[in-house]
Amino acid sequence: MTAELVLQVVLTVAAGLIGVGLFGALSQQTIVMVMMGLELVLNGVLLAGGAAWYFLAPDLPDAQMLVVVALVVMAVEMAMGFAVTIAFYRARQIDMIDMASDLRG
Amino acid sequence: MLTDLGGWVIATVVALGILSVAAGIAVFVVDSMARATFALLASFLAVAGVLLALDLVYLAVVTALMMTIEMAIMAVFMIMFMMNPAGLMPMTMVHNAKGSAVIGAGAFAGLTVGIWTVDWPTRDVSRPADSTRQLGEAIMGSHMLVMLVIGIGLFATIIAGTVLATARGRYDRFGADLAAEHPDDPVPGGLPR
Amino acid sequence: MPDETLVDVWGLAPAVLVIMVGGLALGLVVAAVDRAVVSGEAGRAVVEPLLAGARGLVEQRRTTLAPDRLLWRIGCAAVPTLALLSLAVVPVGGRTLWSTSADLVWFNAMEALLWAAVWLVGWGPNAVHALTGGYRFLAQGLAYELPLMFALITAGLAAGSLRTTDVVAAQEGLWFVVTMPVAFVVFVAGAAAFAFWGPFAAPAAADIAGGVTSELSGVDRLLVDLGRAVFLGAAAAMAVALFLGGDAGPWLPGPLWFLLKTLAVVTALVWAGRRVPVLRPDRTVEVGWMVLVPLTLLQALAVAVLVLNGFYA
Repeated sequence: MTAELVLQVVLTVAAGLIGVGLFGALSQQTIVMVMMGLELVLNGVLLAGGAAWYFLAPDLPDAQMLVVVALVVMAVEMAMGFAVTIAFYRARQIDMIDMASDLRG
Repeated sequence: MLTDLGGWVIATVVALGILSVAAGIAVFVVDSMARATFALLASFLAVAGVLLALDLVYLAVVTALMMTIEMAIMAVFMIMFMMNPAGLMPMTMVHNAKGSAVIGAGAFAGLTVGIWTVDWPTRDVSRPADSTRQLGEAIMGSHMLVMLVIGIGLFATIIAGTVLATARGRYDRFGADLAAEHPDDPVPGGLPR
Repeated sequence: MPDETLVDVWGLAPAVLVIMVGGLALGLVVAAVDRAVVSGEAGRAVVEPLLAGARGLVEQRRTTLAPDRLLWRIGCAAVPTLALLSLAVVPVGGRTLWSTSADLVWFNAMEALLWAAVWLVGWGPNAVHALTGGYRFLAQGLAYELPLMFALITAGLAAGSLRTTDVVAAQEGLWFVVTMPVAFVVFVAGAAAFAFWGPFAAPAAADIAGGVTSELSGVDRLLVDLGRAVFLGAAAAMAVALFLGGDAGPWLPGPLWFLLKTLAVVTALVWAGRRVPVLRPDRTVEVGWMVLVPLTLLQALAVAVLVLNGFYA
């Protein structure tokens, strides 16, 4: 099997993860579930970054750095998401984004 | 160029890929929030498995480590905030499901078309003997700026997260005139105060 | 360079089998030493865990109202599986079952996956005491995780490699415990904490009727108890590899030295751990963050300075 074909299969899987995650992040009403959708999108980025390193440029560390950055973005998203959820709940006893739509700028 | 992955490895990668997407779909299908959280963890672990097969041991193991701890914390928040944590009373809490599905499917279709039409530049390049060493040397050498920015970003996150999540300040702890001998904390903690 | 692994030498199936049998034996050793320290009778200490295990195999399961059976079973099976997987990177006789360029992180990840497993064991039965135990484990995890990571990475720092065989090789001149005593103590205490045993047994404490273990019966209880014992044994073996020179020693063959040192660590850990009362997680979290994190960071700094001076070269 050629390397290109395997790369395309793995990237398609990553695209699937991104699509499912996008659907979840846009359709869910509770903040925690929205965050799970975003995590799934970033999961696809991890996979695509790993595949890009292995098949396209294993001699350079750049793709690995991309995966590290994606991991850090996940951690930041998670920490800030939980902090916002707690702040929201303290202020209004809500956990749904529809009830916070008055915050739109 | 032929890939140097063996047939079994390719089969495993494909199986893990299907598993990761299936688990990702399960996140938004199952009723129980605990099951949704651990379906997401299964998706992450499947991706970590693929990374392991792609010779990225450190990144695979770190993904598993970070995501497991994250999901364990996530489960606590799920149980704390969701109305129906165990899924014993099925309910759907979605808005604009149709539009979201169209956008999700559209993104997938667009990406897939790109993936299968682009002429990928697979070259015969030398593979590093140790991908972990390659990453470590990049972090502490050529790509140090990335790591510095990440460090500052994480530090800012710690502070911002604490500020947002905590409701108590020093006036709650030491009184209005900050004169209290000992802080008034709801949890005593393990150190003398 | 990557060394030969056990799989390369013996083939896949025999090597995995040896590690599994070794892990189970290690778990039995931990349980026996534990019984001996608690009861003071060495004679029955070996037999009793075996009898308890056999009873677990034949005992009928009891269940609760509306349990989450799938997640419960996954959690129970994961505990011993993770314990055995963490043994895969412990080097005996200069070889591990499988060697990666990130062995130390692998060990850490198996222990992190335990967070999910233990929480699931608490969540599964749909019972309040079990779930309380699961939450306690997470709180305790937040206390021990960072100091444990820093302790692990300190050993890797001195060896200049995350590969456990390299860490053992780097201790030819001097055992790491001499220059990193804080990391050693934190690692062993962390081992007791992630096996939620001894002073860190709050997730399974008597005040919540056994916590995560309160609704376990039959094979499930056997799996969880076995997993905890194997994890404790695996961590003791890892402590020997990382800080006590692995299988280095005069006269006797290497693996025997490794066994003796592991036995000594297990005995010391159990002997000391059984003399300390159970600590409350809300107290350990503050100690972990305010005392242990700075201490282990200072330890890493000291080791880093020694590395720069060529002390370990």
